[in-house]
Amino acid sequence: MIHASLAQLRRALDSRQISSVELATLFLDRIDALNPQLNAFISVDRAGALSAARAADERIAAGTAEALTGIPLAHKDLFCTEGVLTTCGSKMLANFVSPYDAHVVSLLKAAGAVSLGKTNMDEFAMGSSNESSYYGAVSNPWKTTHVSGGSSGGSAAAVAARLVPIATGTDTGGSVRQPAAFCGITGIKPTYGLVSRYGMIAYASSLDQGGAFGASAEDCALLLSAMTGFDPRDSTSLERAREDYAAALVAPDTGTKPLAGLRIGLPREFFAEGMADDVRAAVEAALEQYRALGATTVEVSLPNARLAIPAYYVIAPAECSSNMSRFDGARYGHRAAEYSDLADMYSRSRAEGLGAEVKRRILVGTYVLSHGYYDAYYLQAQRLRRLIAQDFQAALTQCDVIAGPTTPTTAWALGEMADDPVQMYLSDIYTIAVNLAGLPGLSQPCGFGADGLPVGLQLVGDYFSEARLLNTAHQLQHVTDWHTRRPATA
Amino acid sequence: MSRTDWEVVIGLEIHAQLNTASKIFSGASTAFGAEPNRQASAVDIALPGTLPVLNRGAVERAMRFGLAIGAHVAEKSVFARKNYFYPDLPKGYQISQMDLPVVQGGEITIRVGDAAGGENQAYDKSVRLTRAHLEEDAGKSLHEDFHGMTGIDLNRAGTPLLEIVSEPDMRSSAEAVAYARAVHALVRWIDICDGNMQEGSFRCDANVSVRKQGATALGTRREIKNLNSFRFLQQAIDYEVQWQIDTLEDGGRIEQATVLFDPDSGETRMMRSKEDAHDYRYFPDPDLLPLMISAAWKARVQAALPELPGAMKARFMDEYGLSAYDAITLTATKEVADYFQTVVSAAGAAQAKICANWVMGDLAARLNKAELEIAASPVSATQLAGLVARITDNTISNAIGKKVFEALWRGEGGADANAADAIIDAQGLRQVTDSGAIEALIDEVLAANPKSVEEFRSGKEKAFNALVGQVMKASKGKASPGQVNALLRKKLEA
Repeated sequence: MIHASLAQLRRALDSRQISSVELATLFLDRIDALNPQLNAFISVDRAGALSAARAADERIAAGTAEALTGIPLAHKDLFCTEGVLTTCGSKMLANFVSPYDAHVVSLLKAAGAVSLGKTNMDEFAMGSSNESSYYGAVSNPWKTTHVSGGSSGGSAAAVAARLVPIATGTDTGGSVRQPAAFCGITGIKPTYGLVSRYGMIAYASSLDQGGAFGASAEDCALLLSAMTGFDPRDSTSLERAREDYAAALVAPDTGTKPLAGLRIGLPREFFAEGMADDVRAAVEAALEQYRALGATTVEVSLPNARLAIPAYYVIAPAECSSNMSRFDGARYGHRAAEYSDLADMYSRSRAEGLGAEVKRRILVGTYVLSHGYYDAYYLQAQRLRRLIAQDFQAALTQCDVIAGPTTPTTAWALGEMADDPVQMYLSDIYTIAVNLAGLPGLSQPCGFGADGLPVGLQLVGDYFSEARLLNTAHQLQHVTDWHTRRPATA
Repeated sequence: MSRTDWEVVIGLEIHAQLNTASKIFSGASTAFGAEPNRQASAVDIALPGTLPVLNRGAVERAMRFGLAIGAHVAEKSVFARKNYFYPDLPKGYQISQMDLPVVQGGEITIRVGDAAGGENQAYDKSVRLTRAHLEEDAGKSLHEDFHGMTGIDLNRAGTPLLEIVSEPDMRSSAEAVAYARAVHALVRWIDICDGNMQEGSFRCDANVSVRKQGATALGTRREIKNLNSFRFLQQAIDYEVQWQIDTLEDGGRIEQATVLFDPDSGETRMMRSKEDAHDYRYFPDPDLLPLMISAAWKARVQAALPELPGAMKARFMDEYGLSAYDAITLTATKEVADYFQTVVSAAGAAQAKICANWVMGDLAARLNKAELEIAASPVSATQLAGLVARITDNTISNAIGKKVFEALWRGEGGADANAADAIIDAQGLRQVTDSGAIEALIDEVLAANPKSVEEFRSGKEKAFNALVGQVMKASKGKASPGQVNALLRKKLEA
């Protein structure tokens, strides 16, 4: 059961081979056993999970189960959950219990999914290694001396180590795709606006988007289908009919060429220098398999992609500096024990409650929005953002899907980049442009590097092409077994 | 040098609280006076993860204002974040509009000076508006009753405001007050703001500077914040102008600053200098899409606008033959105009002048004495029309009319439109027009006042009036004064 796909779990639950309570207990016990080593969870809610599992069992007995009824999952700890801590990986919110559920959390509750707890993350989703968490770094299940990636590192590690079959995450510059790649699982960030941001604690509002982690594209499709849908409480939520991404997957048929006609674009800029040799080898091998499945590959260009990181590190900190202002110690969260006046209360509470990376981004954001700098930084970055989006649109006239490495290297060692934030920023080179354009992106496992750590292949498509991306990954997963490999810790 | 060597330049920023039932970005109620923090939703207190959703009712009210002043209502406007820390600002930023406001330009015609003082003293002036934009109000910090701590009430946080910014077109405190009053009347007229200044629904900031007569460059301005009555607006500007002139004439310089007006001392005092000014780091709010206003939406709002005071004033002069003074007075507020319009509709356009006299005369005086708004008048518009009708058809005299009005005010005659008739009948006030009866009264009076008759005959016209008065008195005021006049003269001159 631990390694079963969601489809297998569904059959087991529906055939009463296992109850939802038993299934939840199985995974909760694994969390108890393995989490001390991985640190993937911040909060585990055994009582809440078992109560939800009992309700799911009743639904299953009543014959009203949906695809996720009775399936255990975990939420990244920036989705607000009523009655359970929502810390955002920060001391600032170490005492914060939300009085309401995020839209995504309510949708999954209504679907009957059983939340086991809240996963570790970079503080306020700012980071690429999960080392900025107030609750400590997450270890990579493949090599516990290495990082899980971030910011949704806890969710990715939990799914990879089978502490939970599926998990939610969020992706602002790669925070679903990069940890999925580092941990050897599948992760998808949909089109901006597809998943409601209501109750998702904001880092950079114009880039933040909820996403899904699973072992396979099929598991991701099932989870994502239940997360999307218009929400009037989020003004950037898109009014579109919900899609059933799992139903849209084409059943693989060995021996045929299921991807015949699919044009895969390979951005020249993503295959230039900067990519590690072992990553390149795994990516090239996957592309070869795609050609075998009938797809054709074509070189495309994203000439402004190199400007994505500088543009991102203006826009994201700008929005962050403003979004973080509500954490002032006045109404909730950490307040300094002693202070002399109002200004002192603010500065001490924030100095104590927020970590170094968050402070760095607040300072950068405050600077770029300041009088006299706004045009040169913020407006200029917005111009670049438009150019980058136009690049993708131009490339997507020549191809159906863009493919390349998710990250330039496999996971690095814990602490390796601790003193070099800019080096860490550069590791998001392939993922950040996708957020700036608002496009959907997916990472799927495509092999292992020299150090035995997983390599991810990123697929990017046009707006609302989630079904195509998932099916493209699904077809590869039928002819490869990377997605079924499990780390020794699991 | 004297006061007249200086020219005063004033621009106003007016915050009008829009009268929507719910807040501009949340569903919480905007009602005034609730227990602290009972009307603050998760969005209003800025819980993590909450997001704003724009209230279209607030947008529509801004559109009404823009269309009423002939401004450009922008097809696309943008909400921006104004960032600063304060405990009554839960998000650490206020959602406002900066580069692209919803209302751009427009103008308002004001009448300056006391119109009652005569046409010569009063003059009309057009004040240009820069813009009007939507924004959310902050909460309140309560510094009393908390033993050295500060209480925060977030009920007001997120209440919709329209900030109405004028060009620096005003040249005296009188013009500033006339403009503020005109805006106040307009926002109530088009029903977008209750105008309640005590509750803070309508507050003014005044930007004041002075310059030498003839100078073209503007002087350095100081901004007087949060003036919540027209009297304070006038006092604050007058004090500030004199202070600036005195400072300059003493060889000093004016530093740009924000000041507060202290009603107790009647003085303005510095709150912060330009050096202390915040850098608000405005940028477009990524949680809100640009506000798009279609031509169709604009047309619907335009069609739903009531007749505006300017148009109504012109119509009253044109259709009813009223003087400019009467027309302006009767269109001072929507309530007065509506009342007058109802009276005229019932009494007939031909009686418009007498209707106007009643509304502006006896009714206004009585309301003023009782400190009542016209909407709360005990005499309804249709009742007043009923009274006017009886005067114009000679059922009663004007003098008896005043008596009937007092009875109407006291509620005699009931609540019906024909209350005046009921009073006239019940009290037997119907005018006596029977010549025989009047002649009999005259004979009695002449017999009883031989001295007056003698005086009249010796050429004292005054004596005639005394005799008319006696006859009227003998009739208890019911005799037709015209008939009494004619019959008496006939008798005396016979």
